Amino acid sequence: MIAELGHVALILAFVVTLLQFAIPMIGARRNDVRLMLFGDYAALAQLCLIAFAFTALISIFVHSDFSVKLAALHSHSQTPFIFKITGVWANHEGSILLWVLILSVYGALVPVFGRSLPLSLKARAISIQGLMGLGFLAFILFTSNPFERLIPVPTDGQGLNPLLQDIGLAIHPPFLYLGYVGLSMPFAFAVAALIEGRVDAVWAKWLRPWVLLAWSFLTIGITLGSFWAYYELGWGGWWMWDPVENVSFMPWLAATALLHSIMVLGTRHSMASWTILLSILAFSLSLIGTFVVRSGILVSVHSFAVDPERGVFIFAMLLATIGGALGLYALRANTLRARSSLNLVSKDGALVINNLLLIAATITVFLGTFYPLMVETFTGAKISVGAPYFNMTFAPLMSLLLIFMAVGPLLKWRSDSLTKYKSTLRKGVIALVLIAVIFGLFGKSGLGGLSLGIAAFLAFGTLATVGKKIRWGEVPKRESWGLLRAQPAATFGFIGAHIGMAIFAAGVTSISVWESSDLRELKVGESIALGHYEFTLNDMTPGERENYQFLGANISITKGGANISDVYTERRYYPVREMVTTEAGLHLSPTHTLFAAIGEGNPDTGWIVRVNHHPFVIWIWIGALLMALAGFVSLCDRRFRHRSGEKTRSDTLVIS
Amino acid sequence: MRSVICLCLLLLSSIAFAQTVPSAEEVESRAREVGRSLRCVVCQNQSIEESDAALAKDMRVLVRERISVGATDAEIIEFMRLRYGDYVLLKPPLQKNTYLLWFLPALTIFGMGIWLIFAARRQKPNIETPRQLTEAEQAVLKRVMDDNT
Amino acid sequence: MARIFRATWPLMALLFLAILFAFGLTRDPSVLPSEMIDRAMPEFELTDLYRPNVVYTQDLLLDDVALINVFGSWCIACEVEHPKLMALSRMGDVKLVGIDWRDTREKGQRWLRKNGDPYDLVIFDEDSRLAIDLGVTGAPESFLVDKEGRIRYKHVGIITDDVWSNILSPIINDLKAEE
Repeated sequence: MIAELGHVALILAFVVTLLQFAIPMIGARRNDVRLMLFGDYAALAQLCLIAFAFTALISIFVHSDFSVKLAALHSHSQTPFIFKITGVWANHEGSILLWVLILSVYGALVPVFGRSLPLSLKARAISIQGLMGLGFLAFILFTSNPFERLIPVPTDGQGLNPLLQDIGLAIHPPFLYLGYVGLSMPFAFAVAALIEGRVDAVWAKWLRPWVLLAWSFLTIGITLGSFWAYYELGWGGWWMWDPVENVSFMPWLAATALLHSIMVLGTRHSMASWTILLSILAFSLSLIGTFVVRSGILVSVHSFAVDPERGVFIFAMLLATIGGALGLYALRANTLRARSSLNLVSKDGALVINNLLLIAATITVFLGTFYPLMVETFTGAKISVGAPYFNMTFAPLMSLLLIFMAVGPLLKWRSDSLTKYKSTLRKGVIALVLIAVIFGLFGKSGLGGLSLGIAAFLAFGTLATVGKKIRWGEVPKRESWGLLRAQPAATFGFIGAHIGMAIFAAGVTSISVWESSDLRELKVGESIALGHYEFTLNDMTPGERENYQFLGANISITKGGANISDVYTERRYYPVREMVTTEAGLHLSPTHTLFAAIGEGNPDTGWIVRVNHHPFVIWIWIGALLMALAGFVSLCDRRFRHRSGEKTRSDTLVIS
Repeated sequence: MRSVICLCLLLLSSIAFAQTVPSAEEVESRAREVGRSLRCVVCQNQSIEESDAALAKDMRVLVRERISVGATDAEIIEFMRLRYGDYVLLKPPLQKNTYLLWFLPALTIFGMGIWLIFAARRQKPNIETPRQLTEAEQAVLKRVMDDNT
Repeated sequence: MARIFRATWPLMALLFLAILFAFGLTRDPSVLPSEMIDRAMPEFELTDLYRPNVVYTQDLLLDDVALINVFGSWCIACEVEHPKLMALSRMGDVKLVGIDWRDTREKGQRWLRKNGDPYDLVIFDEDSRLAIDLGVTGAPESFLVDKEGRIRYKHVGIITDDVWSNILSPIINDLKAEE
């Protein structure tokens, strides 16, 4: 019964969404306020209906109602409670429903927060949100109905994919989707602005917090995914440049560019058509990500079950959405061009360079990801593009970006001169060279030293920018601290994000350059030496838990005879799914991670044991989470919130 | 026929290099490097150094063996490529069908640089004050900022 | 002109992508073409599965068209394929050479005792020597070798009735007709 109710709710949502698309658009054209306001209510109704359907699906999973096909395929009565819930979105149908749910949440937030917006702009944006919802609801109803019944009813379900029975992965998709789908806001507003024919500071200022929000969620989502891959997939990589990772990374790069260009638009009224294009691009890349994961056109460890019919449907939707937006852009682009001077030595100039570099990085990732497909399409040859390619092309681009990130924020809007910052920059370069030389010599890697130097340069530049804002050294210290306290939240967001990036870069450098690993077949009692560390396989114990059998290995790590840590790694076999997974044993510390994972083997020849020493790897995720946190801090900026009676001074319009 | 010659050459070269037998440590570090650039063909997207698949393990052994009899890294990579094609190379070779892949990122940066210089130069003469907001725009802006919701 | 391009380049980029994806949807990304077609059988020196003292080399495959089948006792798909190989063996149309890949002698022999041994002879390839030389990615995989010992065709996956009568059998007849 509940399944049918859920299904009906989806059908009703489809109808409401159709109205949400059509009526406000007509209203905006006719300038009919009532028709335009209809969109507000439709968006809220759509949210209620989809939330109901989603709740229904959760209830089906929780109650192990295996008469519903989805639950039968992806759940099991023995599945732990928490994974019964997360199992709802650990499959194609459920995850696409989550996608639509989040889309409708964002859609409903437009009327809640958008009362100050020009009525027609808001109506059109809601209508575009409706159009996207319509596409995805149609996709669900016609190709991926989560409420489909199964006859005869099986006695038990097939269980959740064991790889996904992990809390890290369970909470990773919702964050990722909050990010992906959050980018539908700039998309919808970009299209609405194209229809309106004007893009201005109001548009940019209203939209910026939404971009920030989506960006922060996306950052969290990708970070969680990376950490999960690190300890669950069992080969000790934090990022493997897998196609599916790449397609989640590309929207992030584009969103980062958008985050900065929208700042320029809001403050300097320039880069209007570019910002529109980025808004379209960022969401388009999200859609392409969705398409790639669900159509099976690229080989990846993360792909959902391949289904050509679904692939074709998403493909059509992708073309219609992006094609429509870009078609509109083609018609209007030339009217949007608001010329203003570009001075390279200025904050504007630095942000333009930032945008170009981020787009170059996006193009590089895109090229690497889709090049094998291109070559096969046009010549039939099969090639691979793996991590070595990305390391060679992407890393230099990022280093360049980090350098600009260090200098750009120091500069003033409109025009500035570098000679003013001579002494600051000199100090920064000295720090860079010093660190590069020290670490280069001690670490025996010039490239590693240089990367660390650049990361330090970025941290230095960021602090120097803050120093300039609070007039550190110019006025008494107490006054400086006072100025710091008076800084808007966005300043702290800026500090967090840029320092986070420096930390992240340092972490990436140290694991790429100074990691060491080994992989051997070990019998019980034997050990592997890795640098100063010795990993000894103490015992192998088989056993059985809730829904899997396991073979656990206790591995003790010693350094110079002294025990450092005992880690436990497990190879699990899930009979319901006939799948084997590996749980790595980790010894995490701020300075390094010692990693051990047990692989295939038998008592005669021994088991394959992989051990890694990863210096400072944890800072990769700390840095990334700091960036995300910084995004949320920025959101607290009072300039984004317009509460009653709160007057904003005109000079705060300049977002620095 | 060509492949036979290739194989013979490979064998010959390994004999030629046999005098300089690398140390165990060198074998290991070189094998890692080579292994990281070879795709585990039965896995989704891992190198043979990262994979715990059985075939990857045999390939690892093979790589070490060839290094210890004196084969160069390039020879080993070529050896695998002969058998599994370009697909086995995680770092695509520079050849006709990968020029675009290797050069486009650099070209993009180069093109962007040129565009920047033009854009900056074109607009230097008219250093204008930024366009003032029209009255209507200012009103809207004020409404957004002072909103009473 | 520049104005038009400025407005429409994103659309053109999308068009290019669309072509790409449309093609991508029509093919299976996991199928690998073989590099070995028309190459000589690689050199090898491996022993017989049953008799460790009998050594085979690539010369073994001269003079007759042969179907080389890569299998292993651990391979589930091979078990599915096996009855077809047994039937081929009874027909006797082609010389069947097995490569027992990544196995132990004991397990390989037991498996063939249980399921029947369709092969004229079985090469024992414990640590993928020949398999890697052949560019094998999984089992079962089958190769057709002509009278001069050159590989002429590779089939990845199970030999079904369909595969046999529509693909392999015609090629074998052609190869046999070659002088």
